[in-house]
Amino acid sequence: MNLPDFAYYVPQTPEEAVELLVRFGSKARVIAGGTDLLVKMKQGLVAPEVVVSLKNLDRLKEIGTSEGGLFIGARVTLNELINSPLIGEKYASIAGAAHQMANNQVRHIGTLGGNLTNAVPSADMPPILIALGAQAQVTGPAGQRTFLLEELFLGPGRTCLQQGEILTGVVVPEQSTTGSTYLKFGLRRSGALAVVGVAAAVTMADGLVSDARIVLGAVAPVPLRAKEAEKTVQGRAFTPELAEEAALVAAQECRPISDIRGSAEYRQDLVRVFTRRALERAVREGHV
Amino acid sequence: MQGLVDKEGRSRYLVNLRVNGDEYTVAVKANTLLVNVLRENLDLTGTKKGCELGDCGSCTVLLDGRPVNSCMVLAVEADGHDITTIEGVAQNQTLDRVQEAFVENAALQCGYCTPGMILSAKALLARNPHPTEEEVRFAIAGNLCRCTGYVNIVKAVLAAAEKS
Repeated sequence: MNLPDFAYYVPQTPEEAVELLVRFGSKARVIAGGTDLLVKMKQGLVAPEVVVSLKNLDRLKEIGTSEGGLFIGARVTLNELINSPLIGEKYASIAGAAHQMANNQVRHIGTLGGNLTNAVPSADMPPILIALGAQAQVTGPAGQRTFLLEELFLGPGRTCLQQGEILTGVVVPEQSTTGSTYLKFGLRRSGALAVVGVAAAVTMADGLVSDARIVLGAVAPVPLRAKEAEKTVQGRAFTPELAEEAALVAAQECRPISDIRGSAEYRQDLVRVFTRRALERAVREGHV
Repeated sequence: MQGLVDKEGRSRYLVNLRVNGDEYTVAVKANTLLVNVLRENLDLTGTKKGCELGDCGSCTVLLDGRPVNSCMVLAVEADGHDITTIEGVAQNQTLDRVQEAFVENAALQCGYCTPGMILSAKALLARNPHPTEEEVRFAIAGNLCRCTGYVNIVKAVLAAAEKS
């Protein structure tokens, strides 16, 4: 299986990358790891005339403390997320989500930015990052802008990135949450897309849930905040009954489709089960 | 990375790779995959092509010591990196302990997945010399074998760890 011909550029700065993307417009695609792009090109789904590589943009490979939180570059690989001491120490649930993805070979090449900007509804990184309140950092012709990561996603394969813009990374804010986790149901334990993914981040104070975020993957065109379920738990004492009550609400909020991996009804019930489990885990075990 | 343009205007790139300890420079088109450079330019056909979509792992090589699917890496993106293929595992005509353990435990039948399987196992043992069975299974999850049912492969990797 060969790839179609394309021109290849390796910009040395983000500005140069932006300039190339503006110049070639819709003829150009960005390559980070390539584990999604090259598959699509082999399958004939996309045929860019120009491929712009991000491999020399060092800032995009960084994981480091930044003002107000942790910066994770878009070109950081999934295995680098898993092995990062900085992430392991304070944001272990991010590593936990990456650990449930693909297989080792793909995790060594596939990047965080690719998992986000491909905007696949079943992607594993968006739910946990949105639950932790992450911001997306974008560079483009008009300079840099930062916005809530959940605003990046417009639909399957569609993001709010404008022509010439690249995602440089995400900033995960310093957490006031006390626990977070991402649970995924796939048809195999490895190399399977999520049938349902549920991320929960909770803040517990004196036995009460002072705040909660619940984000559902693979059950809507975009990663979905289960806002009614979040409200259900707010300000209340955490009990197994409360978790089940919120889980039922989340199941009502999701909008799954039926496909080869599962029917809409099945997914809806999985949302109930996994929301309950995710809440219980985040409350009991902290950031895992 | 130096570029060359032929008289029809097609670009080629001079890609430097260190493969099994030897330095190579190859002229490739931007769309040339690493697996094809290894097999066709360098005649290292131990690296197999299976699904060519990053699922089966038969094209696994080590890139800077990490297992990757060489069918999912552009040769131009691998410029300047260190590659180990199955041909680079045995040293001085002597099988590596992982290879020996595969033979001793009958961990292969048709052999098509074996190069990738061994490289994934090598990378695991380099980072984790005494893995549990679960860790072995997790490490080789990206290498599909349609013959053995994996039991003897897992046994072989655990046996290789014992030898260290």
